[in-house]
Parts: sequence; structure tokens; C-alpha cells
Amino acid sequence: MTETRLETRALSRSFGALKAVQEIDFKLDAGARHALIGPNGAGKTTFINLLTGVLRPTNGSVLLAGRDITATTQAERVKLGIARTFQINRLFRGLSVLENVCIAVAERVGAAPSMFYPAGRRTDIIGESMELLETLKLADFARHRVSELPYGRQRLVELAITIGLKPAVLLLDEPAAGVPSAETHIILDAIERLPEDIAVLIIEHDMDVVFRFAERVIVMVGGAVFAEGTPREIEANLQVRAVYLGQGHGARRD
Amino acid sequence: MSSSAFPTPAPAADTQLGHPAAHLLMTRHRFRWWEALPWIAAIGFYFAFPDYLGFGTELLIAILFALSLDLALGYAGIITLGHAAFFGTGAYAVGMLAFYGIWTEPMTGLVIAAVAAGVVGLLSGLVLLRTNGLTLLMLTLCTMALLQEGANMAHDYTGGFDGLPSLSIAPVFGVFEFNPLYADTQYLYTLAVLMICFLFVRTLVYSPFGQSLTGIRENLLRMHAIGSPVRRRLVVCYTISAAIAGIAGGLWAQTNAFVNLSAFDLDRAATVLIILILGGYGRLYGAFIGAIAYMALEHFLARLYPTAWQLGLGLLLVLIALFARNGILGLGDVLWRRYGVRHAAS
Repeated sequence: MTETRLETRALSRSFGALKAVQEIDFKLDAGARHALIGPNGAGKTTFINLLTGVLRPTNGSVLLAGRDITATTQAERVKLGIARTFQINRLFRGLSVLENVCIAVAERVGAAPSMFYPAGRRTDIIGESMELLETLKLADFARHRVSELPYGRQRLVELAITIGLKPAVLLLDEPAAGVPSAETHIILDAIERLPEDIAVLIIEHDMDVVFRFAERVIVMVGGAVFAEGTPREIEANLQVRAVYLGQGHGARRD
Repeated sequence: MSSSAFPTPAPAADTQLGHPAAHLLMTRHRFRWWEALPWIAAIGFYFAFPDYLGFGTELLIAILFALSLDLALGYAGIITLGHAAFFGTGAYAVGMLAFYGIWTEPMTGLVIAAVAAGVVGLLSGLVLLRTNGLTLLMLTLCTMALLQEGANMAHDYTGGFDGLPSLSIAPVFGVFEFNPLYADTQYLYTLAVLMICFLFVRTLVYSPFGQSLTGIRENLLRMHAIGSPVRRRLVVCYTISAAIAGIAGGLWAQTNAFVNLSAFDLDRAATVLIILILGGYGRLYGAFIGAIAYMALEHFLARLYPTAWQLGLGLLLVLIALFARNGILGLGDVLWRRYGVRHAAS
């Protein structure tokens, strides 16, 4: 369980004078369950965008299983095994839940460029997608249009699409954001049942979620890693409480 | 996509595939009985209205052109107002070759039209499809305007504003001649070409490739995030769509025996868009319904108000935009569902 899946070395990104992400050294092992927290504007999403290839770093590198992937595109990184969910749902709203997952699975298995046979003949893809929906307890909704589902279930579809890519590394950007608290447990249950081997990094504001889910917590402030430790250590860290849990103002690293 | 009730799936060994949602995906590409109706109607038209076959040919070409647009706009969500660029390219490819006596055989002529328009689609697509939204819309317009102006300026070859009249097209299969007075050959020939192209497009939209185009239309960013080479898919789709539009243009040149700059008109590009929106985009048969509705409206409204018939069309479009976003077929869907629900309840 100590194989390093994802690693960054001195990863930095500036937007003009703003240093959104500064020299982050980060490691995510197979089976890891890490959480990334920090106040708004701390650079968490920028960091995720650097990991997934949406943004290019101004400096530093990203490695996947020891291989430098800094120069690869977003699509290439997905093929290499980095998948993510979005803070705001990005789904095929007009299509059925099953088709949402099928599109992702078809892309993964390389069927998507095929033009001359019906997609319906790929029962392997449809079967696998149905199976995935069953494990996420979404099978009852498989026929529904995504736009007809309550938001909590939509978040689950977001997760299903990503799991359908069979990622080695999974980045979850506030998976429970916008979900009514009565439905939060659906998401959390699903996250807890993720295949053990996947390396998971979760960005989350809800501290209950973080403490329930994470083995290790990284606190980002002003684009840099501010503190790192087990949930207990982080909870006990007074500085973190000051910065993150909203007591006091202007706690700066430098 | 049918919205009718499913037969209860047989208890399959593989329970996943027995689920109604899986069943729907596995069977929706199958031909349904009502899909024969347009073709039966088209053949019926041939026997019922021998005097209107010229009009019928025009209608079939409009359907084919709208079908090509449906692939790009309806399925892949490529917003274009310049599809006549490819119609015109196909028309001029056929027209110039025939006018100068280089190539007059009609079927291979259409292949050439498809290739010419496809090349234009590919080259422009490589540039245009890096953009989206309004920028894309404007660039497609520009491409069309450039081609039209190019055809105008190269009048030594294209006949400029006057176009190329009296094209001589060889008989189909060397036997069936295009007779300007009796459009029998034109009609049946166009119908056959439409059918072949339709089957091709139909195969395409139900294929995994077609499914991924739908994904691009529904959520571009998500497609990037699942590792789809989005731009390549769009360029391929745009090229195919352009080639089919080129075939429509080639047919237009062959069956009218002339080409002129109107092949590249904004008016033509707008009309095909209206046809598709009227009929319902992203659903194969929208092109058929839309073209018939548009042509019928044009015919009747022009009789009622020869000077202002487009006013009626405009009002109808406003109604469609307000109350039937998915066109006539979409409206049919809604009514069908309501009727179905009431039936199930009683």
C-alpha cells in the first residue's frame, strides 16, 4: 500500500502577480484517503486543475506512478488514470442516468470512435454501467433523465461517471456541495464504498465529512501548504482553527 | 428516441441487461414500423402528383440538407449559420465539372461533391471548432461569405453572378435522362440518394461515436474530463456533415441543370436552420417534418399573402420558440406522452 500514485514537486502556478499555488510538494499513495481543506481562494481548485491538466503549472512537475506527466493534456491524463468530479455538476442532463455512465465507460474502453455499429450492441458497456449504478444504489433511477433527479442523486451520478473511468487516482471536488443535509449520507456512503485501491483526494468544506473520511488532512492557505497531519492533529492545531475554522483574521504564514 | 412503454423484459440470466433502462439502450437503434412511413409517402407522392415532381425533388434536397445540419447542430451541438458553404461547394464542384464537360456522370459527380465539401469542412473545421458560441457562429458565416465572394470573383470559371447555365448531366446508369420538363428521373434519383445518406446518418447517430457527439452537445467540459478527444470528434462530425451538405448541393445543381451564387446564400443557410428548428433538431426525422412543413407553409402562405408570406412564417417561429422548443416532433412527443398517460390511467 505504499506505492506512490500521484506526486507533485514544487508545483506552482501564478496568474500575473497572484501566486495561486506555491511550491507544493504532495504525495498520494495507492489506497490513500486524503482531504484538502482551506479557506476560499486558498488555491485548492487551482491545485486540482494543475493535477488534472486543465491548467499548466508555471513551475514544478506532476508525476503519476513515477512518470512525469506535466506536459500531458487533460484527456491523456484521464487515460492514464486521473479522474475527477466537479464542484458543480457537469452531467449530460438531457440523457438517462444509465447513458451518462455508458458514455464514460465507452470512452474508457475505446469504443467511442466507432461509427458503424449501434452502441446498443455493446452489452459489455451497458452491463458494466448498470452494475456500477447498482453498487451506487442508483439502479432505480437508471431510466430517469438526469435533470429529473434530486440534486443529491445528481451528485451521485457525477461520482458514477468518474468511477466508470476506473481511475487510479480520484479527485473529488466538494462532492457533497449543494446537497441537502438529509441527503449527504448518500454521497458519504458511496465514497466510503469506493474500491480500496484507488487513491482519493477530497476537497471539502464540511469538517464532519473530512473527519469522517480522511486519514490525512492537508490545509492550504494562500496557495501554500499551511499544515498537514491526521484529522486529530489538524483539529488540535490552534493555528489551523484560527485560519480555517473562522476564529480571528489574517493569520498568515509569512 | 421512443417514449413508448417497454415490454416487460424477460428474466435474463444477466439481470443488469434485463433492466428497462438497459433494454432501452440496447434496442433503440432498431427500425420501427413507422420509420417506413416517410418512404412510403415519398413513393406515393411520385404516383399521386406526377406534375409536382420538380417541387418534390426540391423538397427531398431540402430534407437531405437539413439532415446534414442535424448531424452537426442537432447531435454535436455545433452552432452554425453557414452550412450553405458546403451546399455551395458541392453545387459548384458538380456544376463546374459538368459545364466544362470534364465530368458529367451524376453518381460519381456526387462523390466528388461530397469530397470537395468534406475537404472544405475539414479545413474550416480545424480552425473554427477551436471556438464556440457566437464566435463560432460568426466564423461559419464568414466562411460562407468568403466562398460566395470567391465564386463571384472567379467569374472566368464560375460564371460569377450569372452562374453556370444549361449544365449537361449524363443519364443515370447511362439510361435515365434528366428531362427538365418531366422530373421523374430527378425525383427518384434524389430519393435514392436521400435514402442512402439517411441510412448512413442513422447508423452514425446510434453508434458509440454518435453517442459521444450527444455527450459533447450535452456537456462539453464533462467530455473533456472523461478523456474524450473532443475537438477531433467535432472535426470528424463537421467534415461528414459538410460532405452530406455537399451531396445535397450536388443534387441541386444536377437536378436544376444550373448553379449560381444563391447556392452560397445566407438565405439558404437560414432556411435550412429554420427547417430543422421547425421540425425538431437532434432527432433524425425533424429534417423530414420541418422541410415538409416549411415548404407547405411557403406554398400556402405565399398564395394567401404573396407580398408578406414571411410574416406568417415569422409568427409561427415565434410560437415554436415560445411553446415548442423541440419543434413539431417535440410537440408530438409531449402530446403522445399525455395521451399515453391518460390511457394508462383509464
